[in-house]
Amino acid sequence: MNVIEATGLGKRYGSTQALRACSLAIPEGHVTALVGPNGAGKSTLLNLAVGLSAPSEGTLTVLGGRAPGSLAALDGIAFVAQDTPLYKHLSAGDMLHLTRNLNRCFDRAYAEARLAELGIPQKRKAGRLSGGQQAQLALTLALARRPRLLVLDEPVAMLDPIARHDFMASVLTAAVDDGVSVLLSSHVLAELERVADYLIVMSSGRIQVAGEVDDLLANHRVLTGPTAEACRYVERPVVQVGGGGAQAHLLVRATADTRSPRAGRRTRSASKSSPWPTCASPTPPRCPARSARAMTTRRR
Amino acid sequence: MSIGQQGSTSSGGSAGGSGAGPSPAGTPIEFRLDPATGVPTYLQLVHQVEHALRLGYLRPGDQLPKVRDVVASLAINPNTVSKAYRELETKGLIVGRPGQGTFISATLSQVTLPELSGLRRSLRSWLAKADTAGLDESGIVALVASELRDFYERRSGSPTRGGAAPGETEGVA
Repeated sequence: MNVIEATGLGKRYGSTQALRACSLAIPEGHVTALVGPNGAGKSTLLNLAVGLSAPSEGTLTVLGGRAPGSLAALDGIAFVAQDTPLYKHLSAGDMLHLTRNLNRCFDRAYAEARLAELGIPQKRKAGRLSGGQQAQLALTLALARRPRLLVLDEPVAMLDPIARHDFMASVLTAAVDDGVSVLLSSHVLAELERVADYLIVMSSGRIQVAGEVDDLLANHRVLTGPTAEACRYVERPVVQVGGGGAQAHLLVRATADTRSPRAGRRTRSASKSSPWPTCASPTPPRCPARSARAMTTRRR
Repeated sequence: MSIGQQGSTSSGGSAGGSGAGPSPAGTPIEFRLDPATGVPTYLQLVHQVEHALRLGYLRPGDQLPKVRDVVASLAINPNTVSKAYRELETKGLIVGRPGQGTFISATLSQVTLPELSGLRRSLRSWLAKADTAGLDESGIVALVASELRDFYERRSGSPTRGGAAPGETEGVA
């Protein structure tokens, strides 16, 4: 089952195209990270997935073919929006009560046990809890709905490193205990590497790449070498070009279909000896002609 | 191991709750991660188990922390832990018993514990000597690594073990 499946998805706000031509299928049982700079369309995509807004074009289904926002979908998805929205003047206990009454399914015993475990007093007003505790309270409310998919929009952006660690530990423990699939957006990349096993990279409203982290790591290489040679030799799809006049860094991709035995041999030869991978590129990167010396490949 | 890492590990244990975090009673080892090394997380776990086996901290029958507890204390993806345990299982070092947990089934230590501590003592006195002579840590590691390589090359002509040795030495010291 795919927890989220989109085809040609687009979203327009007035004259702004926030999301365009997005197609993806996130399988069940992953912790998925949605990364990209501000304004890339992460929140737009999440809002569409939880049914807070409707797509302008394309289709989107959740939890194996259900329409986002339908009762069947809402019961299975819990969403914590950016900046952990809570009613600040309500006590933690009242927030539990409120959430229980606003939802068709709510595990009150679980929520109370979790708050006790975290040392969050039920009588305290939500607004007077620490940032980390507020995040944990919002997460508790979401998890007590016993969702199959937990969607978190920038959950750790406002937290200090220790609170971030604790929060992610809670999320991941829920993933182990209850088999919850997780989809979270973030621009704190450092932790994501350990947390996520499925990655979606977005920029300017498009999905740049999506897949299991292990596969993506295996299929991408950073090649460093003389700029003058780079034009001639690169054959794989070049994702990104960087570097100075003399030395260029190319992020190249070996997709499954271009992964011929030849490609494998080329990787080895590139890491060992000097020349850039051989063959002409249909779209050579722009590079000022200069000479240079050493080159290496390394995994990204 | 950095201080920050330790701090976050212990705090994770307390927040993970309900017996989360490798408890002192349950399992003989606790994993830690070094974010600076660039070694993939699952390999760090594999290496730590192998390391503990080599030094005799882990013995056949010992239980490894449950996946859930490792996840709760390190805040890492559960699949990463499973991958590490799968790798160790493939190597024949551990065995999973359904419903009970994961246990050490083989050993990597080639000498007995008393022998090992004797060797450790003489190594420590050698280290003290090297230190007084003015070698710093990387100097010592370099010296040991090169001497180790020479030693094995001279003995068998296969220098393979020498490659892994510097890391180990670092861990011991």
